[in-house]
Parts: sequence; structure tokens; C-alpha cells
Amino acid sequence: MTAAEITLRSWVRRAWVARIGVVILLFILWEVAARWWVDPMFLSPPSRVLMSLQAVFDTRGVPAALRITFWELGVAFAMSVVIGLVVGLAVGLQPFAQKSFMPIILLLYGTPQVTILPLFILYFGIGPASKIAFGVSHGIFPIILTIVAGVQNIKPILLTSARSMGASRWQVLRHVIFPHMIPSFFAGMRLGMTGVLLGVLLAELYVSTAGIGYFTTLFTQNFDPTRLFGLIAVLAAMAIVLNEIVRRAEAHFSRWHTD
Amino acid sequence: MRESRERNSRLASRSVQAVFLIVLVVLWYLATTRWGVSSILLPNPVLVVQQLWDILKSGEFLGDLRVTLTELGIAFAISATTGVTIGYLISRSHYRIRVFEPLFAGIYSVPIILFLPLYVLFFGLGPASKIALGATISFFPITLNTIAGFGYVDRILVVAARSMGASDVQLFRYVLLPAALPIILTGMRMGFTVALLSIIGSETIASLAGLGHRIVHLAEGMEMPRMFAYIAFVVVIALILNTIVSALEARGKRHV
Repeated sequence: MTAAEITLRSWVRRAWVARIGVVILLFILWEVAARWWVDPMFLSPPSRVLMSLQAVFDTRGVPAALRITFWELGVAFAMSVVIGLVVGLAVGLQPFAQKSFMPIILLLYGTPQVTILPLFILYFGIGPASKIAFGVSHGIFPIILTIVAGVQNIKPILLTSARSMGASRWQVLRHVIFPHMIPSFFAGMRLGMTGVLLGVLLAELYVSTAGIGYFTTLFTQNFDPTRLFGLIAVLAAMAIVLNEIVRRAEAHFSRWHTD
Repeated sequence: MRESRERNSRLASRSVQAVFLIVLVVLWYLATTRWGVSSILLPNPVLVVQQLWDILKSGEFLGDLRVTLTELGIAFAISATTGVTIGYLISRSHYRIRVFEPLFAGIYSVPIILFLPLYVLFFGLGPASKIALGATISFFPITLNTIAGFGYVDRILVVAARSMGASDVQLFRYVLLPAALPIILTGMRMGFTVALLSIIGSETIASLAGLGHRIVHLAEGMEMPRMFAYIAFVVVIALILNTIVSALEARGKRHV
């Protein structure tokens, strides 16, 4: 075995190198399939998609559509977090409220909300409002559930000892409950982000006049897979970045207690 | 003493739930009859119940229900077999787990519903695109859980079974499978739920038949009472399916 072979082997043995290799292999397969096997009306090779990214951004209205979708995601996420936090605390801190309302919340969480998507359009119109509302309806429940679970998981001994040392209600909230809720709060934010992405994109794809849903429909109907792939790639990248931001925040803020 | 107090509090929370639901229905009724909320936005609940009864009695839901359930069944069969097979093959070596698991987890975090326009382009408006989307979306939780189930079996158990002379088949049947099955079953339940959601969702967005399509069709025809009735019907069907799957999961876990 030559030295070059040995270095190659030790490189491949590293998992991340092999992982990138797999991804590159898939792209090569896609490229070959799209160039020689598949009707160009349906599949476009990745090299052409990459080159067309500029054309996607140059399409009239696409940058604005991306901005609108991004804005919808942001507003829906912020609203989900605020409402979810308030409802989660209100329900979680009160044992009676929890017993009464948790089954209702779980029931709502378990229903497939896509069935009422047409209702959201009917009530909120075909503009951004319906997308935001639908995103909130998807994002809010995981946040409520993790907040309630987080409040529940605080060891009673911490609450008792804080009270026995004379902590007021506000002090208990500020110094015991809040710090202990941070991990579950960020876990909830991560799940909420997944939900908001799903909700907003579903509503966008269902009906849209100016958001990205309009352009995915347009490109599909024009049999323009190159630009469709390009747009979807941009959106997927956006989703990955948003998820990663929330995941990093979760990892960062839950470091302090790892027991 | 304590038991009776607990029973009282459970009774109280049950009655809060009942009151909450009753108030909701009464408000709904009053809003449509007294306060003049447009019947296009909110139909009269009595009409909705009549329509629901009519749908159930006439059996017109059967066609759409069959389409949706067939799509769901095929999608789940595809994702369960490929997911478990691929997951098992990956889980057989630590190296493969480290190569593939982050890859699958990364793709899983992308909202796969984004690919629906592509799937419609490839597979058309019919059931094929729904099956493909449902299979893709449910593939990931099933594969990831299979990897987690088979890949992280306690080494001591494997070594102990081997040193007592277990064959490959025995090792699989009595050590690996019992350890992995609960986790795989959880993955399958998650996969089933997301497959159902994505199939109804893609029927809503672009389709020719199915329950999601029916709801959109009624919405576009402004037949609100019937649409509400169908929504209620689909929600109940989804809850029933999810309950059945959860029960099967619990049963499977007990029988290992």
C-alpha cells in the first residue's frame, strides 16, 4: 500500500469527509440523471440550477416575494412565542387550570390543522395575514406544551425552599421558575419554528398573490424546473438557517444546567 | 379524605372543560342567529350538524375517504419498509451511523412540504404525488428512529449473548429486536402522523380527489355548512387513526 493510499484511507475514515463524499456523489448522480436520462421539462441538473440562481433573483417580484415570506415567518414566530409563553405560563403555573385546559390544548394540537386552511383564507384573506395566522396556529401549540412541561419539571423542593426562605411570589418567579424554564423555553422555540415554517409554507403554497407560493405555482405551470429548483433551494437554505439559529440558541442557553 | 378531594378536583376540571365547550357552541350559535355574523364566514351549527348527518347517511364520503386512505396506506408501506431497511443497514456499523445520521437529521429539519411543487411536476396532480410526498416525509422519522433503536443497543448485552454462544439469528431475535422495537414503533407512529398530515395538506393544495380536495372544493363553492361538516368529519377520522396507531404502538411495545 502506498503512502497516498494510506492518507486517503485515513481521510475517508473521518465521518464528515465521507458525509461530504456521499452528498457530492448524490449531486453527481442527479447531474448525470438530469443530463442524459430524464426529460429536461421535469428535471434540471444541479449545475444549471446553480447558474440560474441569479436568474431567479432577477425574476420580477421574486426578491419581494422572499422578503414577504421572510416577514410572514418572523411575525408568525414572534406572535407564537409571545402567545405561547403567556398561555403556557398561565396554564402551567396553576394546577387546576392545567388539569382543565391541557386536554383541550392537546386535542387541538392533535387535530390536523391543514383541514381548516381554507377557513383561514376565508377569514384573513389571501394576503400575508392568513399566512401569519396559519403559521401561528402551527407554532403556538408546541411552545405551550414545552412551557407547561418545563414549569412542571421544576423540582418542588426548589420552590419550597425558596418560599421557606421568605421569597415573594415575584421572587420565586424571577429567580427559580424563569431560570429553570430557559431550556424548555428554547426547546419550545425550536419546535415552534418548525411549526411556523410548516404553517406559513403550507398556506403560501395553497394560495398566494405575491409570496413565494405564487412563484412556485408559476414555475411549475411553465414547466421551468430550473428556476423552480433554484427557488426551492433558496427557501430550503432559509429554513435551515432559521432552524440552526434557534438550535444554537437552545444549545447556548441551556448549558448552565446539564443535570 | 384525600381521594375524595382528588375526585372532586377532577370533577371540577371536567366540568370546566364541559362548560368551556358548551359556551363555545352557544357563542357560535348566537353569533350566527342573533349577532348577524355572515353565514358565509360562520354557518349555523344546526345546519352543520344536519349536513354532517346527510354526509354520513348518504355515504358520499366513501370515495374521498378511500382515495386518502389508499394514498396513506401506500405511502406508509413504502416509507416503513425502506426506512426500517435502510436504518438497519446503517445502524450495523458505528462508522456508517456517524456518516449518515447527521445527513438524514439535516434533511429532516428542512420543511419537506417545500418539495410539493416539484412532486406535482414529476408525478402529476393525481394520487402519485401525494404518495411520494407522504412517503418522503415519513421516511425520515422512521429511519432516524430505526438507527437510534438498533445502533445504540447496550454493548454489554450483545457481548454477553455472544459469549453464551448466540447465533446471528438468535442475537437479532432475542437481543437487538427487543431493544430496538419500542424506538422503531415510536418512529413509525411519528411517521404515520406526519404522512397523514402531509397527504391531507397536499390534497388541499393541488389534487383531483381525496378528503382535502373535497374541503377545498366546497370552500370554493361557498358551501359553508357542508364544508364545516367535512372538516369535522376529517378531524374525527384523523383522531381515530392516530388513536389506533398509538394503541398499536403501545401493544407492540408490550409484546416484545
